[in-house]
Amino acid sequence: MDLFLQQSANAVALGGIYALLALGLAVVFSIMGLINFAHGELMTISGYVLMYCGIAAVPFPLAVILAIGAAILAAIAMERIAFRPVRGSSGATLLVTSFAIAMILQMLFQNLISARSQPVLLPAILSESVTIFGLIIGVNKIAAIISTIVMLIFLDWFMTKQKTGIAMRAAAEDFSIARLMGIHANTVIAGAFALSGLLAGVAAVLWVSQRASVDPLMGFTPVLKAFIAAILGGLGSLKGAVAGGFLLAFIEVYLSAFLPHGMQEFREPIGLAIVVLVLLFRPNGLLPAKTLAAEKV
Amino acid sequence: MTSLIELKSVSVSYDAVNAVRGIDLSIKDGEIVALLGANGAGKSSTLNAIVGLAPVSAGKIIFDGTDITDFSSETLAPLGLTLSPEGRRVFATLSVEDNLMLGAYSVKDKAQIKAAYERVYELFPILFERKQQYGGTLSGGQQQMLALGRALMCSPRLLLLDEPSLGLAPIIVEQIFELIALLRQQGVTIILVEQNVSMALNIADRGYVMASGKIVAHGDAASLSDSTTLENAYLGAE
Ligand SMILES: Nc1ncnc2c1ncn2[C@@H]1O[C@H](COP(=O)(O)OP(=O)(O)OP(=O)(O)O)[C@@H](O)[C@H]1O
Ligand SMILES: [Mg+2]
Repeated sequence: MDLFLQQSANAVALGGIYALLALGLAVVFSIMGLINFAHGELMTISGYVLMYCGIAAVPFPLAVILAIGAAILAAIAMERIAFRPVRGSSGATLLVTSFAIAMILQMLFQNLISARSQPVLLPAILSESVTIFGLIIGVNKIAAIISTIVMLIFLDWFMTKQKTGIAMRAAAEDFSIARLMGIHANTVIAGAFALSGLLAGVAAVLWVSQRASVDPLMGFTPVLKAFIAAILGGLGSLKGAVAGGFLLAFIEVYLSAFLPHGMQEFREPIGLAIVVLVLLFRPNGLLPAKTLAAEKV
Repeated sequence: MTSLIELKSVSVSYDAVNAVRGIDLSIKDGEIVALLGANGAGKSSTLNAIVGLAPVSAGKIIFDGTDITDFSSETLAPLGLTLSPEGRRVFATLSVEDNLMLGAYSVKDKAQIKAAYERVYELFPILFERKQQYGGTLSGGQQQMLALGRALMCSPRLLLLDEPSLGLAPIIVEQIFELIALLRQQGVTIILVEQNVSMALNIADRGYVMASGKIVAHGDAASLSDSTTLENAYLGAE
């Protein structure tokens, strides 16, 4: 029972990170119809900012702000430089563009920083643990859970109470009519990217906090997982992204904790098989977006 | 009196389809003008072209003395020009209130926004009752009212209405037409696209009849009602 609760706490912490990443993908997809595979590189950028801040002995809270800020700026720049010129092109064009950006950035990290994994200096407290109700939980995991909750509350407030957030939801549903209302296409699209950068930045800080290292491909695996989570939840649906992120994390963590030793090497395929099974029963995901068919920009 | 809006040999083409072929329209301040024609005549394309939702391949659109041909959609609501689109297209996943709020997105003046809410809720009390409900959960008639209300939120000087009575029960249609009459009293200029020809000509000052992307007849409403051109246009004759 203890082990079960312990693993559940781990799953919540991991699920939070997947949820934030999947949300970042979903926000952009819902508005542009683009799956931004360069989302992972936003994470990596944040990771490197944390690394350099550690080297320069920048206080950690400031480093976190700089790391998240860097991801937001990078996301906005990505939209401005790379995606705006191809806006309105086919889904395939957008997808290839995002792959190209991801590859260019990975190459830059490898050549300008290092191809190898670099250590990131973190405050000692992050690697300590505390005992809550008999469970031993790492401070980094608690930080992940709390940050996720704060981000989800913030995002919900932004999307339902703020004029810009509501305009973004409207644009996701019917872009032409949103523009007719006087909502600027550039504002919502840049806003969606900024939001996705914010989410990627927070996820990166949490991710690095668990690993204390960063490498040029750091963002790849978590964003691939987030992509699976987004599909599992229903592509383009924000609630679905959160649900998918947590479900995927629970599947992964439970399988790695409770699968018999001899079967551990099949952990990933079994996990994916479960995902496929869920999709067989709910082809549009757990909580599909209502407007998937709506025209995209 | 000069025109509030003028179309000068405007054409609209979608890739291979020439939906509108060089039409001229001129509408004065305070008029209600009906734009009639059979399915596929190019009525919606004309309205959409005015608000930048359909591509203008030739010609000029002048609104209140400004050439707006190349203006993007988002710049028109602030000028007082908007469309209530065919098929309503309310934001289904947004509340009624948020739908209306977005209608006033381009309005900066708080007092003006408040007045716009009051005007819309007074015209459509049902929207006030349902303001927390999602747009997609309204009945067809209520959605049409929401689409009209949303368009009115920017206090337009020129309102384009694309088939506002489509698919509605006769009693609701009556209400929509009463509303149009009321809007005229409030000084709103209206271009009305309607399948309900007799009601449209009854309320309009003038009318244009389109067939195959061209204007085949125009004149004051009464004379159009009598003419055979109208019938021909609907029968698909050029
Ligand atoms: N987005 C589009 N892409 C390609 N062709 C289009 C598009 N919209 C309209 N058309 C074509 O343009 C022509 C005119 O269509 P339009 O919608 O303007 O007609 P309408 O007069 O509004 O008809 P209805 O009474 O059925 O609404 C039609 O042949 C239609 O198929
Ligand atoms: Mg039409």
